[in-house]
Formats: sequence, C-alpha cells, structure tokens
Amino acid sequence: MLDIVNEELAKTDIEPIHFDHDCREGICGMCSLVINGVPHGPQAATTACQLHMRSFKDGDAIYIEPFRARAFPVIKDTIVDRSAFDRIMQAGGFVSVNTGGTPDANAIAIPKTASESAMDSAACIGCGACVAACKNGSAMLFVGAKVSQFADLPQGQPEKTARAKAMVAQMDTEGFGNCSNYSECEAVCPKDIKVSVIAKMNREYLSATVKTLS
Amino acid sequence: MSSNQLDSKVPSGPLANKWDKHRFDMKLVNPSNKRKYTILMVGSGLAGGSAAASLAELGYNVKCFCFQDSPRRAHSIAAQGGINAAKNYQNDGDSIFRLFYDTIKGGDFRSREANVYRLSQVSVNIIDQCVAQGVPFAREYGGLLDNRSFGGAQVSRTFYARGQTGQQLLLGAYSALSRQIGLGNVEMYPRTEMLDLVLVDGHAKGIVIRDLVTGEISSYSGDTVVLGTGGYGRVFYLSTNAMGCNVTAAYRAHKRGAFFANPCYTQIHPTCIPVAGEHQSKLTLMSESLRNDGRVWVPKKAGDKRPANQIPENERDYYLERKYPSFGNLAPRDISSRSAKEACDAGLGVGDSGRGVYLDFADAIGRLGQNVIKERYGNLFEMYQRITDDNPYDVPMRIYPASHYTMGGLWVDYNLMSNVPGLHVIGEANFSDHGANRLGASALMQGLADGYFVLPYTIADYLARVGAQNISTDRQEFKDAEQQAKEKTAKLISINGKRTAESFHRELGRIVWDNCGMARNEAGLKKALHLIPELREQFWADLNVTGESGSLNQSLETAGRVADFMEFAELLCQDALHREESCGGHFREEYQSDEGEAVRNDKDFTYVAAWEHKGVGSPAALHKEELEFENVKLATRSYK
Ligand SMILES: Cc1cc2nc3c(=O)[nH]c(=O)nc-3n(C[C@H](O)[C@H](O)[C@H](O)COP(=O)(O)OP(=O)(O)OC[C@H]3O[C@@H](n4cnc5c(N)ncnc54)[C@H](O)[C@@H]3O)c2cc1C
Ligand code: FES
Repeated sequence: MLDIVNEELAKTDIEPIHFDHDCREGICGMCSLVINGVPHGPQAATTACQLHMRSFKDGDAIYIEPFRARAFPVIKDTIVDRSAFDRIMQAGGFVSVNTGGTPDANAIAIPKTASESAMDSAACIGCGACVAACKNGSAMLFVGAKVSQFADLPQGQPEKTARAKAMVAQMDTEGFGNCSNYSECEAVCPKDIKVSVIAKMNREYLSATVKTLS
Repeated sequence: MSSNQLDSKVPSGPLANKWDKHRFDMKLVNPSNKRKYTILMVGSGLAGGSAAASLAELGYNVKCFCFQDSPRRAHSIAAQGGINAAKNYQNDGDSIFRLFYDTIKGGDFRSREANVYRLSQVSVNIIDQCVAQGVPFAREYGGLLDNRSFGGAQVSRTFYARGQTGQQLLLGAYSALSRQIGLGNVEMYPRTEMLDLVLVDGHAKGIVIRDLVTGEISSYSGDTVVLGTGGYGRVFYLSTNAMGCNVTAAYRAHKRGAFFANPCYTQIHPTCIPVAGEHQSKLTLMSESLRNDGRVWVPKKAGDKRPANQIPENERDYYLERKYPSFGNLAPRDISSRSAKEACDAGLGVGDSGRGVYLDFADAIGRLGQNVIKERYGNLFEMYQRITDDNPYDVPMRIYPASHYTMGGLWVDYNLMSNVPGLHVIGEANFSDHGANRLGASALMQGLADGYFVLPYTIADYLARVGAQNISTDRQEFKDAEQQAKEKTAKLISINGKRTAESFHRELGRIVWDNCGMARNEAGLKKALHLIPELREQFWADLNVTGESGSLNQSLETAGRVADFMEFAELLCQDALHREESCGGHFREEYQSDEGEAVRNDKDFTYVAAWEHKGVGSPAALHKEELEFENVKLATRSYK
C-alpha cells in the first residue's frame, strides 16, 4: 500500500515516506507502523506488512505513525531504532554453548508439550509492537517470551536464573517501563504471544533475586 | 572466450576420507594468535551469523555487517519448511551416502562431489548444535525429534519447527552471535551496506560501506573478507525473497575480479501464491512441505471454469502423480515447476489469471482429520487465507511457480575461498553445493554447514599462510575505492529523471522472467541480451532518486541495488545462452526429450562455468572447472 503512495510521491518529486520493511511475510519483524492508533493496525495477530487494504473501507483516511517509546528513538519518518532489543539479547538471551562438541540431538528426550510451549514463545519476531502498545513502554512481553522459551527446555536450565536477571537488568538500563498488567501488548502481538510468559519470567526473576539475597 | 582450468583444491583420496584428511593437512592458527586477525563478515543470515559466532568463539576479532536494523532479520528468517540431515532417526534407510547421492542427483549432476559429501557429513552435527542452543524442533510424543519428507527424497530426513524452521535456526545463530557481541568478540554493524571490495596486492583486505542512517561512506580493513550476503533471486523482481535481497555485495566483488559461477542456475519454486495484480512487489511461498499431504491437479478440459469442488474426480489430472508415479507430488522443484507451466501454457490453468494449479488437501483432511492437518500446516493455511481470502480447509489452494533461490553464485574452492585470495563466500552467495537444482531443506543445511563447521577450519589455512597484517584504511587502495563509491552514489542522485528505481526493476524483472525464467531458448535469450543494455541506458538517463545521500534514503538504497541487477542480468542471460543443454533449473527448450524432459549434454557441459568480469557491456570471459564423478554414475535423472 505504501509502495503505491510512494511511487506517486516520487512522480511529484516529493521524497517518499520512509518505512522499515523487508520480508513482507510477517516473519522478519522489520515493519513497525502504528496504523490508526494501533501498532500493526486493526487486524489481530497480523503484522503491518500483511495487512490488506480490504481491512479498510474505500475512502477511509488512514493514519500512520512510528512505534513510539522512550527506548525506541525515531530515526526518520516512521523508522525507529530498536537496537535496545538486541542489547537485551546480548545480555543473556542465549544458551552458552560454543560450536561443536554438543551431544547427539536425540540424547535428551523433551516432552512434546514442553517443546510446543517453548515454540509458542520462540515465535516472537522482535518487532517491538508490545512496547509501542504499552502505556509504560514496557518490554516485558519480549523479554518474557525469550526467558520462557529457555525455561521450558532442559537446555535452558543451567543458566535460567542468571539469564532472567541479566535480561531484566538490561531492559531497565535501556529505559523500558514497568509492567502494570494492561495486557495491551498481548492484544497487538502479531504472533499471539500470551502475557502468561510475563508471569513465567517473573517467577524466574524472583527466584533469581531470592537466590542472590539468601 | 578463454578457458583456463580452475583449481578446486579438492583433496585426494577416497571420498569419505577427504574432509578428515584435509582438516589434518590444513594449517592451523595458534590459539593465542587468533586475536591478531580481523575477519570482516558481510551478512548475518544463517551463513554469516553462524560463521561470525563460531569464529569469535575461536578467538578471532570479527566485524559483522548487515543492512537490516538487526542481525535477527536476515532473510533466512523466512524459511519455512525444514532442514535436512542424514540422522536416520526414522530408521528408513538414510545414510550420509544417501543424502550425498540425493543431493548430487537432485542437482542434476552439476555439483562437486567432494563438497556435497562433506555437506552430508556435517549435516548431522548441525542438528546437534541447534538442539543444544535451544532450537525448539518439532517432536514426537515420546520426546524425540520428528521428521518430514521433502521433494527429491524417499526418506524422511527433514527437521522442522512448525512452518518457521528458518526463523528458529536463525534465532539460534543470532543468540550465539549476540553472546559474542555481548562478550566484545564481535562488533556488529547493522543498517550498513557493503558497496565495494578493497584489494591490497591482489588480496581481499577490506570493504567500502555506506552507513544507511547517516549516509556516510567509509571503509574497514581486515585480514580476510567473508561474504554471506544471500542470493540474487530478485533479479526477476517478483520473487519470494525479501525486498532488500540483492546481488550488490557479490556483484561488486565480481567486478573486482571474483568469478561468478553458474548464474543461470536459478530455482523457480513450484508452490507460491499466484501473482494478483500490477502493483505487487513480492510473492509469497507456500512451503514445499505442503506437498507431503497436498495433491496437485488441474482440470482435464482447457477452460473449465467450474469451482474445484464441482469438477468430478475423473475430470481432474493429478499430473505429477501421473507423470512421476514413484515420487508423485514430491517430484523435485524444477520438474514440478515446469509441469505447472506446461499445464497453464496448455490452457488448463485455474484462477482468474489462468496462471495457477490446485494444491488440494481434501483427501488428507478426509484421511487424517482437520486437526492433524492443522497441527502440521496451521500457520501456512492461515497465511494463505490472509493473503487470498480463501479458506484452504474448504477449497484447494491455488499455486504457481515463482523465483525463490539461486544455485549460482561466486565461485569458491573446497576451502570456500574465491579465486581472489582472502575472499571467502558462504551460504546462498556461493555456488558450491547444489549444482543445477537445489533440493528442499538443503539451503539451511548448507548455510549452517558453511558457517558452523566448514569455514571456521578452512579460513585458518588462509590466515596462517599470509599472517596477520594489520592493514590501515589510510592506504591509497581504500581511498580510491571510497572515492569511486561516493561518485557512483552522487551520480545516482544527480540524474534527476522521471522514473523510480522500482519501476526500472519491475521492467527488468519482466524481461528476465519472460526470457530467462522457467524455460529458455536461444532467440529469447538473445532478445534479452539486446533489451537489458537498452534498459540500463535508460536507467542511467531517466532515473529519479529523491532526497539526498547524506541521510537515511531508501530510494537511494534501491537505486544502487537495481543498478547492479541491471548489469548482472546480462551475465545471467549470457550464461544461459552459452549452456546448450537442459539441466536442473536451467531448461533450454531446444534440449528436451519427446516427453518434454530435460536433456543434459554431459560430453560438452560437465563443468562449472565461472565468469570473469571484462567491463560493463562487454561479454564476460569463461573459465571452466571440469566436474569429475568418481563415486556416482552420471545418469538421466528419473523420478518416474
Ligand atoms: C520464503 C523462503 C523460504 C525458504 N524455505 C527454505 C526451507 O524451508 N529450507 C531450506 O533449506 N531453505 C529455504 N529457503 C532458502 C534459504 O532460506 C536461504 O537460501 C538461506 O537462508 C540463505 O541464507 P544466507 O545466510 O546465505 O543469506 P541471507 O539469510 O539472505 O542473509 C544475507 C545477509 O547478508 C546481508 N547483506 C546482503 N547484502 C548486503 C550488503 N550489500 N551489505 C551488507 N550486508 C548485506 C543481509 O543483511 C543478511 O544479513 C527459503 C527461502 C525463502 C526465500
Ligand atoms: S516486513 Fe517482515 S514482518 Fe513485516
């Protein structure tokens, strides 16, 4: 849709509206538009790039804005800087294994329910809509999804407390707000990530802090 | 055309021992010396991301570049279906040799035996690695890993994570990369585009980049440059690739001397959502895994406009099952695509445009129930419905082939080094393992094999030979390359014509698709070779790039990429014209059997065509690497 607008603008020599996008399949997490006040627009569980014009009526005015949050500075037009998410991942969003020397993939059986639940959380595309939707600009859904994925799997156990602590600390450093249970994040998440991941993360985090206290 | 032989550096000895022997023969870099070397890694996809992480773990300094805002968004993320590995977990007769054989045969006997064997060997390590990282592959009720089947194979060796395998594998590599960034071993440069390769005394020692936020052009130096910059499928404009995918990094390295191998081997994927309108800029893939349970058919009568469910069984042609009874709907991609084209050319196509065939799940739903189908393909069905507004549980999907993957790429030897010393190429950007046609679920395997398990060894051989050099970007070679990049950028902005780069790209894509797409012939290719330079001239005379170069400017980024496609398209057609045979994704209409099957010419064309740049508009020079088959017999590929 914006392609067409931009092609028309270019014909009149006006600089097109810059917007982030890449895969156009709802998987890379690059697109980041607030459409009519809602991150990724009106259709549930759908990224902006997958939103079809048939979701609107003819003649409707459509308002487009960038994702707004303290931790996502605007770069140009609707393009924002989401590198804070990368830094949260760098702080602890991994299992510390080097390449090579890993056991056979079938060495540990993982219950199907656990791996399915890990997959539900792992489906996060890191777009940041959850942050943009939250009044507090909180990144709890994003962080919760990663922490939960690893918490569900045996591979994630050895570092689970350290991970939760490090990711939460980085989240605070980046200036993301607190979670006060508005659940707006869940409502806009294009991948249907549930707020239950936040509860799971809180559990991990709490046990992390309790362990350091005792 | 000259024809010097290229040295692939394939080790001697029996196939199964080559990689072992080679690992022993290669030079090593002493652990404490590794930090003296800087590796410039362009690309953070499965190939680049896994390589950057693994090399940093070993102790090298790595600088990693990508054009997206985060390494997690490389186009590998979009891969849906799965990744192959010769684990034989299903006990159905798989083995390293079988995966090797299937891949060689699938590639229509146009790939290097030693590389493919090594790929099959390390495939098993990849799955172990990914599971250790916490990649949530699909599992069976007993808790062990599940597999599915993909085209071109009769065993079940494909590992998957719902319809998001690429995403999960990339997030695995990204997490390993993030860990190394956090530890300070990798410096990451997102929103950065490589514009040129810098050679010092004939060795690749640096790159010129544009910071896509500030617009600043500068350069970086290192001891070796690695390109993991993906494929060139967007030369067709419409493709399943992401909007930003480009040939720029590889092509500019080509202009600096790196040979481009087999550009005409392009893969047109059989199951994509058909084109719906003039303004469409992107096509969507429906994973090949759907062919496990979906049946492909068209009406037997041309022009039959009845809805699918009103066409009785005996008036349907399940053409893949009919033509290829033993592989049926799982016939390889090139064959399935061409069959769809044939059906539509014969007027049997379905949908408004007539360019579509049915992929029908009614039987599978009847046999297994809607829930099982939903569990297997739920997100793909949703995606289809969202785009087409049709519900595939009720009516069959409509699909049509689209450009998807490119087997050709920069030529590399067994060490994944190009003919330019110090320039390594990994993942889809190289030509190495898939011959003339790639089998499904094998690109993820190759990208991760290169990045985790091959390059980390072979790069040491080069580095140890040349030693750490600590080259400064103050050298004249860097200044000259930066200057040229700046001039080119200024030129794009200053044309001030009337057409957008996007509109030129669309026109170029149509020329290439029509004349060098699923079927090619001499007259069409000659026509394209005439039209492309004409269009390129118009591009440089009538291009309109709005905005300025000194800040974030997406229309400038597009223009730079389209400029390279304008030149590269000619190389693609030149290669397709020169290869007077049909093989894999390269189907020349002149070379087919009475039944319309591809006819190879092994006597004259069992070689890799590696092209040397000779100036824009001048024909490239041909170099050959003869392919030797010691372990498989060249046979006519049959899937009947
Ligand atoms: C829709 C789709 C589905 C697929 N499904 C499957 C599947 O199920 N199984 C399978 O095996 N394969 C599949 N493939 C193929 C496979 O995904 C790709 O071949 C593979 O992921 C490519 O990985 P890569 O690392 O080589 O490149 P990419 O993932 O494309 O990464 C390229 C990297 O290079 C960077 N880059 C590119 N140009 C520049 C530049 N000039 N300057 C700086 N950085 C640059 C990008 O930013 C990116 O980081 C699929 C492909 C598509 C399009
Ligand atoms: S462009 Fe990739 S998710 Fe929207």
